[in-house]
Amino acid sequence: MNAIEFIIAGMLAAATPFLLAALGELVVERAGVLNLGVEGLMALGAVLAFIVVYQGGGHFLGFVAAGLGSAALSLIFAFVTLGFRANQVAAGLAIGILGQGLSALFGKTYESLTVKALPRLSVPGLSEIPVVGGLFVQDIVVWISLVATFAIWAMFAYSKLGLVIRAVGENPKAAHAIGYSVITVRVLAIAFGGAMAGFAGAYAAVIYTPLWADGMIAGRGWIAIALVVFGTWLTGRIFLGACLFGAVSLMGLAAQATGLDVPSQLLSSLPYLVTIIVLGIISADRRLLKLNGVASLGEPFER
Amino acid sequence: MSGGFVASFPSLVRRERASLVATFIAPAVALVVALVLNLSLYLLMGRDPVAVLYAMLLEPFLSWASFSEVLLKAGPLLLIAQGLAIGFRAKVFNIGAEGQFILGAIFASAIPVWFPQATGQWIWPAMLLLGAIGGALWASLTAFWRVRLNANEILVSLMLSLVAAQLLNYLLLGPWKDPNGFNFPQSVMFQYDAMVPTLIAGTRLNVSFLITLVLSLAAFVFMQKSFSGYKLQVGGLAPRAAGYAGFKEGWTIWLSLLIGGFAAGLAGAAEVAGPLGQLQRSISSGYGYAAIIVAYLGGLHPIGIVVSALVMAVIYIGGDNAMVSANLPIAAVRVFQGSLLLSYLIAVAFVRYRLEWPKTARRAASRSPS
Repeated sequence: MNAIEFIIAGMLAAATPFLLAALGELVVERAGVLNLGVEGLMALGAVLAFIVVYQGGGHFLGFVAAGLGSAALSLIFAFVTLGFRANQVAAGLAIGILGQGLSALFGKTYESLTVKALPRLSVPGLSEIPVVGGLFVQDIVVWISLVATFAIWAMFAYSKLGLVIRAVGENPKAAHAIGYSVITVRVLAIAFGGAMAGFAGAYAAVIYTPLWADGMIAGRGWIAIALVVFGTWLTGRIFLGACLFGAVSLMGLAAQATGLDVPSQLLSSLPYLVTIIVLGIISADRRLLKLNGVASLGEPFER
Repeated sequence: MSGGFVASFPSLVRRERASLVATFIAPAVALVVALVLNLSLYLLMGRDPVAVLYAMLLEPFLSWASFSEVLLKAGPLLLIAQGLAIGFRAKVFNIGAEGQFILGAIFASAIPVWFPQATGQWIWPAMLLLGAIGGALWASLTAFWRVRLNANEILVSLMLSLVAAQLLNYLLLGPWKDPNGFNFPQSVMFQYDAMVPTLIAGTRLNVSFLITLVLSLAAFVFMQKSFSGYKLQVGGLAPRAAGYAGFKEGWTIWLSLLIGGFAAGLAGAAEVAGPLGQLQRSISSGYGYAAIIVAYLGGLHPIGIVVSALVMAVIYIGGDNAMVSANLPIAAVRVFQGSLLLSYLIAVAFVRYRLEWPKTARRAASRSPS
């Protein structure tokens, strides 16, 4: 398998943690809330899933535990920012630190242990295609993530729920005036975002690299937040961005395998550097951000 | 959609004017709440909360030696937080102090690593200066990205911190590794003149602590008395008014980030030229992130930050103590930090708001003549 085939085959799996967390953050931000705690929410989900799977609970229960645990932590964020109108930047950072701390605390006795990943399911026929065939051999969670991406796209494009979420984010006062509870919509969006970050962490810890190490999320939660900006709050572009980051994070491995003499630290920082560069390119188009951005993002709602 | 469910909760009502009392007691209340929550957690984990409480909150004060360690720990937290708070008040969210701290440490280490034989009293001041410049340079990348490219400074500064950690790893595993260091990821031990002179004999407290106090005073004068500081605060509180007054937004961002980077870089330099004496992988125990909490807990006020830096230093030292004496994992310190900031954010809401219970509201409504 050459480097290109390796990247094509692994891209979707590598993209899945980014994708799930970014989809969750997309819904949160569309509702007008900026939750910067994704890194911590992912870390908590990762450790909970790992513990459940290691103890023999199975992958399904692992994902359930991760989703519930991270949703619960994100509800603390909702309590502080919506209940007490706290600064969302500070509260998000606090949730991030708390989540990473709890993950290190719970995971202490599991350091360096491994679990079994899930088998891959291939699409008959398509997986036989040369070069790109690897794209069609993925585990079940990748397939579900693709369905989730489509569902969220359809929700924002066609459903009333999508409209309500966007109304709450664009103009909370108007949404309130026509009878929607801004706070309820935001609480539910935050809980959904928390659960998605939990799933993202779970995927990273029990399927993508089924080994527990403290700090294993390694900035992926922050990249997921950046992905929402890259994708200019549009589901399809966020999916493409996640694939790009999946590919970038594999490039390091591919480059090492081909014996390229580049310091491994440079390859490890590649996703961060790409984030910085792409963020600069996309944000420089101020009109684009203004057009697609969420008007009330980060502002507390007061009747 | 909400109806009776939300109505049964008390609601926040904006006060006529901000409560000064609440401003002062909010951090203390937050500390007590965080303590109760965390001690309950330790109880659940099967640890003796009394032993933890003793190790965390009393032991650091029981001897001059351990209290001097608290002051030593408070130094970098105080310095970084003062720099960050200036930016936070201007609504410039530099959360990449960790990376600026690392770059400061790297820049400062360049002198003893490249000139291990050099002697003279100029070395440590030059290292501190070089470190501060290094931190400011690293922060200037974020400033450029924000001002010129309109990129979110939170994400850029955070990403640069992750890059900085990799850069440090690269240096310590590669070109700057001590050849006689048994393959440990660390630089050579610095020569005597590369160390900041000790302030009090018998402790590790050094002259950089004095510099930190002087700079805290400078931060106070700058924020509370100077016109530049006033411009920054107007930019944060009322960006439109600042625009009408002709205060440039780009200037605010550059100044905030350069000050934050300078302070964090200086702190990093003081750490390698002080208690560590070499460049190591673990130069920062998350100071850059903890300093964000210190800045908020101190109410973003230079004097408040002096107090909150001491509190955070006690938590660090106490956490170390509790790790030894009560077998508490060191991750507990991060859990404490996160819950402390969350408690504070709730407590500080009462500066501007008061709670109104639905019952009293209804009673007031029925009493009022209509």
